Amino acid sequence: MSADPIISVKNLEKHFNDGAVHALNGVNVDIAKSEVLVVIGPSGSGKSTFLRCLNLLERPTSGTVIFEGTHLTAPRTNINVYRRRMGMVFQHFNLFPHMTVLRNLTLGPTELLKKSTGDANKKAMQLLERVGLADRADAYPSQLSGGQKQRIAIVRALCMEPDVMLFDEPTSALDPEMVGEVLDVMKELADEGMTMVVVTHEMGFAREVADRVLFMDEGVVVEEGSPEDIFEHPKSERLQSFLSKVL
Amino acid sequence: MAESFAKLKESFIFNFIEGARWKYITNGLLVTLKVTFFALLLGIAIGVVVAMIRSAYDQMKDEMKPGFGKTMLTVLNTIARLYLTVIRGTPVVVQLLIGYFVIFVSTTNTVFVASMVFGINSGAYITEIIRGGIMSIDPGQFEAGRSLGFDYFQTMRFIVIPQAFKNVLPALANEFIALLKETAVCGYIGLMDLTKGGDVIRGRTFSAFMPLIVVAAIYLALVVFFSWLVGKLERRLRSNER
Ligand SMILES: Nc1ncnc2c1ncn2[C@@H]1O[C@H](COP(=O)(O)OP(=O)(O)OP(=O)(O)O)[C@@H](O)[C@H]1O
Ligand SMILES: [Mg+2]
Repeated sequence: MSADPIISVKNLEKHFNDGAVHALNGVNVDIAKSEVLVVIGPSGSGKSTFLRCLNLLERPTSGTVIFEGTHLTAPRTNINVYRRRMGMVFQHFNLFPHMTVLRNLTLGPTELLKKSTGDANKKAMQLLERVGLADRADAYPSQLSGGQKQRIAIVRALCMEPDVMLFDEPTSALDPEMVGEVLDVMKELADEGMTMVVVTHEMGFAREVADRVLFMDEGVVVEEGSPEDIFEHPKSERLQSFLSKVL
Repeated sequence: MAESFAKLKESFIFNFIEGARWKYITNGLLVTLKVTFFALLLGIAIGVVVAMIRSAYDQMKDEMKPGFGKTMLTVLNTIARLYLTVIRGTPVVVQLLIGYFVIFVSTTNTVFVASMVFGINSGAYITEIIRGGIMSIDPGQFEAGRSLGFDYFQTMRFIVIPQAFKNVLPALANEFIALLKETAVCGYIGLMDLTKGGDVIRGRTFSAFMPLIVVAAIYLALVVFFSWLVGKLERRLRSNER
């Protein structure tokens, strides 16, 4: 692996409800630049919590998250600045329903990156073009299909020109026939060298696109390795039983 | 029948036409609408700010690190809660009297005093309306804003409040209607509003029925009209629900 990791996670713990729920129990992961890391595991194993701790949408109970050399978890860090460089895509899209598609895409660049409206529009239109949705720029989110919404959500994150993209089950809320169009966009991103952390139940995607797969259960990383290691030669019993259910 | 009608007509002419006494009604109506309008504007401004402080405190008290920002927010939240308790725990007439005789003693502009008092008063109720609106927004909206790098208040400003505001528009319009009626106590500080106008006519003509019934009818007509508008607005908002 090359040079320093872009994200380094050390001894990450996250408790909910005053310690009644231990969602993460000491997770250690380094993510390299341009790596595609896919996180799999049963429901409730802590995948979302892990992903959301990376941009501090969830505040870790203890442990550190270092992003491009900065301790995000340090008390003095202004997280808002670093979140601009970490795009996030949600299961339920979370597009802003009161804005047109174009405004959804340009809000961040104009207000946070202080781009001119012209520049922001131009960039947004270029990206829309690439995902085949340029003709929907003036539509409102409610007028789009699920697959279109998620492609727009990806573009919204990309308009901030992030260094990392975080995906939390981006295709789980989609009708089956729309899953492909979203995965295609993600594949393209991966091919271009985007660093990606993807929580997904799409084992086909994990096999084909992942550089490394993490298998989580009960708040710990049980096993990690190349797609081949994980899918063809699972070592732990927990992973074997998980795979037998999902494959 | 015809006789009583003639009597009513006579009473109407006596009460409103003679001495151009109808002007008490029209000028009073204008004052009532003015006070209601300005009070609502002030109430909304206060409501948005206080609702944001209250929500910010509730949502961020756990995640914020100790320091100036957190202290500031805690102080603001305490002030906001005190404001809500005091305003909702005392009669508006008493607030009006305190506003006129204690706080704004140096001004004789009673329209201004009444607008301020009713604005500050309705601000407390509008705070709760807007807070409800904020809480009705999908938390995913908030997370999407924060994940792009917007801070708490920017997320509120660009993403949450505009949606919350649309959701509570009908409730705000109803607050306007409630205010319209509540301002009828403005006479306590000598403001010549619609109610006071009718009462002055009563004092001049010594007939109570005609002026007071007409005043009541005007309030009723306004309330029915504005309620109809609110109904239309609600249907409109629902139909272009996006
Ligand atoms: N906000 C919260 N409050 C309390 N408990 C939570 C919260 N978020 C998650 N948990 C708990 O933490 C554990 C891990 O949840 P998490 O959402 O990370 O799992 P997941 O692997 O993403 O599951 P899924 O595949 O169902 O999305 C679960 O037991 C869950 O109930
Ligand atoms: Mg999850």
